[in-house]
Amino acid sequence: MPIEVTKPGLSTTVQDRGREGYYHVGVPPSGALDQFSLVAANLLVGNPEGAAALECAYMGPELRFTDPSVVAVTGAELEPRVNGEAQPGWTSFAVEAGDILTFGHLKGGARAYIAVAGGIDVPEALGSRSTYALGALGGLEGRPLQAGDELAVGAGADGTAGRSAPEDVRPALPNEVEVRVVMGLYDHLLTDDGRRTFLETTWTLTPVADRVGFRYKGEQLDMVKREQPFGAGSDPSNIVDAPYPIGSIQVPGGVEPIILHRDAVSGGGYAMIATVISADMDTVGQSAPGSTTRFVAVDLDAALAARHERREREDRLRAALA
Amino acid sequence: MTTADGTGARHSWGADEHLFVELDEEMSLQAYFRSMAIVSALRDRRPEGVIDICPANASLQVRFDPDAIAPDRLDALLREIEAEVGDAHDFELETRIVEIPVLYNDPWTHETLMRFRDNHQDPDGTDLEYAARINGFDDVQGFIDAHARAPWMASMVGFVAGLPFLYQMVPRDRQLEVPKYIRPRTDTPPLTVGHGGCFGCIYSVRGAGGYQMFGITPSTIYDPVQKLPDFKEFVCFFEPGDIVKFEPIDRERYDELRAGVEKGEISIRQRPVTFNLEEFTADPDAYNRRLLEALHAD
Repeated sequence: MPIEVTKPGLSTTVQDRGREGYYHVGVPPSGALDQFSLVAANLLVGNPEGAAALECAYMGPELRFTDPSVVAVTGAELEPRVNGEAQPGWTSFAVEAGDILTFGHLKGGARAYIAVAGGIDVPEALGSRSTYALGALGGLEGRPLQAGDELAVGAGADGTAGRSAPEDVRPALPNEVEVRVVMGLYDHLLTDDGRRTFLETTWTLTPVADRVGFRYKGEQLDMVKREQPFGAGSDPSNIVDAPYPIGSIQVPGGVEPIILHRDAVSGGGYAMIATVISADMDTVGQSAPGSTTRFVAVDLDAALAARHERREREDRLRAALA
Repeated sequence: MTTADGTGARHSWGADEHLFVELDEEMSLQAYFRSMAIVSALRDRRPEGVIDICPANASLQVRFDPDAIAPDRLDALLREIEAEVGDAHDFELETRIVEIPVLYNDPWTHETLMRFRDNHQDPDGTDLEYAARINGFDDVQGFIDAHARAPWMASMVGFVAGLPFLYQMVPRDRQLEVPKYIRPRTDTPPLTVGHGGCFGCIYSVRGAGGYQMFGITPSTIYDPVQKLPDFKEFVCFFEPGDIVKFEPIDRERYDELRAGVEKGEISIRQRPVTFNLEEFTADPDAYNRRLLEALHAD
């Protein structure tokens, strides 16, 4: 019945669509960083789109199946192999009892999603199976997978091999991306020059990139010199500790912007200067260290229009796999 | 923009899913109370499409689904509530006061702070010695006395799950202020009692941190597997608005309490109280004495 984890990969966690409603006590939503790819993987194997799957960063795990099943791998270009034989991505395939699933090298993107018909069956924590590792909550014992783990699979699976997501809905995974942001929050603490530098710099993602946040390097951002308000702290990038939006971009000390993702720290004392629009959070989640990003400022209406377009793309995926 | 009469608010979009409201650039109990009053009124109305309402020290954030509530409508609703709340002078907070025992100058934070001395402003002393000196105390004991004497309000819960940010309920001229470490540590023992800027905190989990480390509490404040009695209902103990009194303890008492907590035999002492900002402001010391009487009444 269970799937045996023979090698865990670099950082492989159980994720679903996440848990909502606990951010006010510091529990972030968690869930797949690339939600579109999670939904696609689940639909391909006949699961409800919010079933729990495995998210693996940069490198795939090695899994041994003890029962026949149907599997799909989406997201990053990370070639799945059954007993060494290559399988197509974004397409469901069958595995037999005793089969070993391994992966090739990363060719594009950063995170792959492995869905198994029936879903990964770990207990729900606060309404979700997603792993929040900082808080040791959800997933398998609240942590990334380790060698020797066993993953239970949900009952009632009726997956079909050979189903494929249309090419035109799959995300492009270039090494240079544009990410749309709405400026605001504390962007008045940037000088005009600092603001210009933020939007004109080609930022490179550093290796400090995980489910909590993505740290970029590029230029120093000039910040307004001011008398710091009581309680804010002494650096010009300090504010009285405030909530951090998911997708918000903070710039400690004016260097190395950090985008917070779905395992975000929920608040703190660094000025946020912009927030990534919801439609582009999947793109951030598929950024690998060394890739480059330009931030493009848009207004709220454009963010809502992009959200609508993303929704339509998801609807096309659903229609194709219904 | 924020205004001098204490009724202004600055709204900003955190893209298409967050509305951020700053009530004041500075920290004050007044600003915090406005945040709590607005959050409380918004929660009472339970608007469709609102996912999370996060009160913070001098600001608040609403996370919403723009497909369920139009951003403009949410913005207008918040402004309406802000106008109703005004300066929040008549807002009363139904909350609780809790006692957190602290072993100050404990061996675990001491070992950790010695490991990260290069990250600190004062490599030759301890965090407590540094904090005592820059706050004008003759010795560490004087600082500990001030830290433990007056209660604190949990003005924000977060950073990581269940971590309370604490603002001491004393006039500004008696606030303890200590800068954060020059470079953050990569390690902090769980249940460390820390301090950065004007805020205290209790680290709910082991991990990175930049706050000065003063001691450790035997009281578990976050239990993701909900094994202990304080966590039957929820994984986090603290909620915004909780009032906290630190109680200095010695090593022997620490060991006794910790063993009891781990066996599920000892819960955090807590009593319900109503907090009124106007009455507090009129005479903070007398008001705090009454709060502590409520904590120890039975």
